[in-house]
Amino acid sequence: MSSATRLLAIVKKEVRQLRRDRLTFAMIFGLPIIQILMFGYAINTDVRNLKTAVVNQAGTHLSRQFIAELRETQVVNIIATADTPAALEAMLRRGEISIGVHIPRDFDRRVVDRDRAAVHLLVDGSDPTILVVANQLRSMPIRFDVTVPPPAKQSLVEIRPFYNPERRTPVNIVPGLMGIILLMTMMLFTAVAIVRERERGNLELLINTPVSSTELMVGKVAPYIVIGLVQLAIILVVGQLLFDVPVRGSIVDLYIAGSAFIAANLALGLLISTAVHTQFQAMQMTVFILMPSILLSGFMFPFDGMPVAAQYLGEILPTTHFIRLTRGIMLRGAEIGELMPELYYLIGFALIAMTIAALRFTKRLD
Amino acid sequence: MNNDFAIEARGLSKYFGDVCAVNSLDLNVPRGQIYGFLGPNGSGKSTTIRMLCGLLTPTRGSATVLGTAVPEDAKSLRPRIGYMTQKFSLFGDMTVFENLQFIAEIYSYPAAKRAARIDELLEKYDLKQQRKQMTGTMSGGEKQRLGLACAVLHHPELLLLDEPTSAVDPQSRRDFWANLFRIVQTGTTILVSTHYMDEAERCHRLAILDHGVKVADGTPQDLQNQTGMYIVEVIAGDPYAAQAAIQPLPDVASVTQLGVRLRILIPQTIADPLPLIERALHAQNVSAKATLATATLEDVFVAVTMKSPERST
Repeated sequence: MSSATRLLAIVKKEVRQLRRDRLTFAMIFGLPIIQILMFGYAINTDVRNLKTAVVNQAGTHLSRQFIAELRETQVVNIIATADTPAALEAMLRRGEISIGVHIPRDFDRRVVDRDRAAVHLLVDGSDPTILVVANQLRSMPIRFDVTVPPPAKQSLVEIRPFYNPERRTPVNIVPGLMGIILLMTMMLFTAVAIVRERERGNLELLINTPVSSTELMVGKVAPYIVIGLVQLAIILVVGQLLFDVPVRGSIVDLYIAGSAFIAANLALGLLISTAVHTQFQAMQMTVFILMPSILLSGFMFPFDGMPVAAQYLGEILPTTHFIRLTRGIMLRGAEIGELMPELYYLIGFALIAMTIAALRFTKRLD
Repeated sequence: MNNDFAIEARGLSKYFGDVCAVNSLDLNVPRGQIYGFLGPNGSGKSTTIRMLCGLLTPTRGSATVLGTAVPEDAKSLRPRIGYMTQKFSLFGDMTVFENLQFIAEIYSYPAAKRAARIDELLEKYDLKQQRKQMTGTMSGGEKQRLGLACAVLHHPELLLLDEPTSAVDPQSRRDFWANLFRIVQTGTTILVSTHYMDEAERCHRLAILDHGVKVADGTPQDLQNQTGMYIVEVIAGDPYAAQAAIQPLPDVASVTQLGVRLRILIPQTIADPLPLIERALHAQNVSAKATLATATLEDVFVAVTMKSPERST
């Protein structure tokens, strides 16, 4: 009975302090929105409007038609024309354009004969994404006048993007981003929670009271579970409104997965809190975990494409499992029953980390 | 186990790595009294108090607090003791009332009596005006009163106060001690550490700590009577010249200047201290008046800390 009173007292205190810490409070709600806007709009692997200059040495009807179609793809934004390929190179070097299109004098003949490339693309290879886009341009279906025979070589493989037919980046990004945002906020806030009180001297008072380690841990973490669930809702709503990110599966399933992930992150944060001595160290530790979570969880790069060692590392991170859950539920319409191993991992991780944290936190100063 | 003592410690020692913070401390703190720890910074006062409430594990030795072994059974002890840390340790971003309420909840103070108890404490510790003030914005004296109010809220049998007055003005210190006497009146035992002589003098009993070693203990009166030193007070027109004349004497243990006065400690093994001083002054042509005086606690402190072996290095 008195244990419940003590637990409640800690929860009340945490909420009270959190509400008065305006910056942190603003971060809790601002961070998901800012992140989703940033990632949703800026990170776009579906590149459009690359600055392009054209040298049309052929000047024929066919070449002009080719340029018009190039423009229609919206991949390139033709901002200039030049007279010589050398001028293109100079513009490329100065960073004024990303792609230079050189149409040689004998363009019409090359299109018909198909023995040599009809068009030269000069590409800024310093950005790998632009290089990939340029490669896509190579396979651009060029529609020609009826007098010209259709391209002889047809592509053998046709791609059908199953769950994201329009290939919009936000659809892929948002479910993963959910994991990254929750990881960042949940882990950071709890990582500094205990350390902050140690630094301010509050802990010396607290551990001299009848409050137990478990009551202190659970009481500190409980408010953040609610905050995490609210953040989840914010990301879902913003993702839906601005980027049309679907939730094809059940929202309940998504919240079950979210709760497990939040618990895992909070436990991880507490574990950090018991291992470090200053808030600064706590921040460093969270970055130390955040970086691999962004890079190795499948959020940025396809998991299967990573080296085996990196995959093992990725498997340890809770974020990897949560992103599999969200992509499954939101994009593929999977039921949580089909993804149980991922859920079990998150729950197991949370329990183990929480236990270690409670054991590590002795009510002593030495 | 003696029930007359609130705290008993035998051979209590604490090392931080190779550094010895507390060395083989024996303590007997009687119930219902104010017991003082007097000593300079780094003498082991805080470390001892932290060991007694179970915050630190002793490297060697044992302690019994209110009949409970620490640190083994510290958990059962916590509801029975109140602890005031050296540094203000309440929550600066909560109001006075919220802090008291939090402490009341943490100690499971009966919900029905909570409000009345908080009102009583606000009244007693003169914090009614500050009820809704954020504690972070309060003065040193106000913070200290709140710290004490929180420490006694749950009616502890033993109050451990770690340099409670180090950050407050003289008037606040006086008020604070008036509060301590009021608390001890109700049967509570108080252990308080300080580096102020006047505070030490107010304690029923005290232990003087120096470099982790207890160099003396007893009532202030006993300590003053048992210094083993003659105190010679010299009033000189030129105290600097007088000091220069007396300091080199092999039998003089210590010379302390207080304005125009010099307090000189001479071991009681010397038969006749006054003529010794007078001769030395005369030899250097210093006109001064020497008289025998009774020891103050400061003299006691100087005498005992001098004896400790670490001082000679």
